[in-house]
Amino acid sequence: MLAAIAFYVLAAIAIVSAFAVIAARNPVHSVLFLILTFFTSAGLFVLLGAEFLAMLLVVVYVGAVAVLFLFVVMMLDVDFAELKQGFLSYMPIGALIAVALLAELLLVSSAATSADGAPIALRPDGSADVTNAEAIGRVLYTDYLLVFQLAGLVLFVAMVGAIVLTLRHRPGVKKQDIAAQVGRRRSEAVELKDVRPGQGLG
Amino acid sequence: MEITLAHYLFVAAALFTIGAFGIFANAKNVIIILMSIELILLSVNINLVAFSAFLQNLEGQVFAMLVLTVAAAEAAVGLAILVTYFRNRGGIAVEDINQMRG
Repeated sequence: MLAAIAFYVLAAIAIVSAFAVIAARNPVHSVLFLILTFFTSAGLFVLLGAEFLAMLLVVVYVGAVAVLFLFVVMMLDVDFAELKQGFLSYMPIGALIAVALLAELLLVSSAATSADGAPIALRPDGSADVTNAEAIGRVLYTDYLLVFQLAGLVLFVAMVGAIVLTLRHRPGVKKQDIAAQVGRRRSEAVELKDVRPGQGLG
Repeated sequence: MEITLAHYLFVAAALFTIGAFGIFANAKNVIIILMSIELILLSVNINLVAFSAFLQNLEGQVFAMLVLTVAAAEAAVGLAILVTYFRNRGGIAVEDINQMRG
């Protein structure tokens, strides 16, 4: 009963905040609503018994992706009011496609749940002594080791790509040149002057 | 009152539809389009985890992690392209992005 109430509350918040993401006038609000959507989805994952993935969702999305979005939105000096102008021009075709998509998805999901006549209900897990993270680890590092390595490769390529795209060398920027610092000699850096009393260097 | 698989599938379908609709509704703003893609990938994750939980099979959660990885990488590369484009052109309007059209 409590789980059902939690599900309905979380699902309602997730859907409403997801709609607020695409409808908000200010992109910063959009990012904040996106964070709320991911938080409530993490709550749904906890209800499903996938605690590890829920925490992963919070760490990866709220901690990394949402902050990345927030940085870009605040860093780019864009007139977002002007970008919002065409909100209504694509509305009819967008609404049409959305309705068709939703109808298809609901048809498919209703058919999938009643394939054997009865709706699939959450069965109690027999192995309660193994935590969710441990169970995932047992599968991930044995049967799906290549998938795990592939995920690491995807992240590596994305990291290199993002650096290559955004790195630029501007002329005239003062930077630390360690080779020049280390290669400096005393003869070109220090000069000895014989200063007479009362006269100065002149 | 019991929560079945269909409930979770409905939530995922609603999120997917909102994401797809957001691409059309905000057709000028690349940042909102990227966020809509994130919503779509989140709905896929909800589907994977729901099936994984209800069918007592952990493989869905493993592949949900893979989808999460790809989504994070996609967001990073997409935003990097966006920053580079903004530097070169001074704006991010989608209809101006047609230089590579053949």
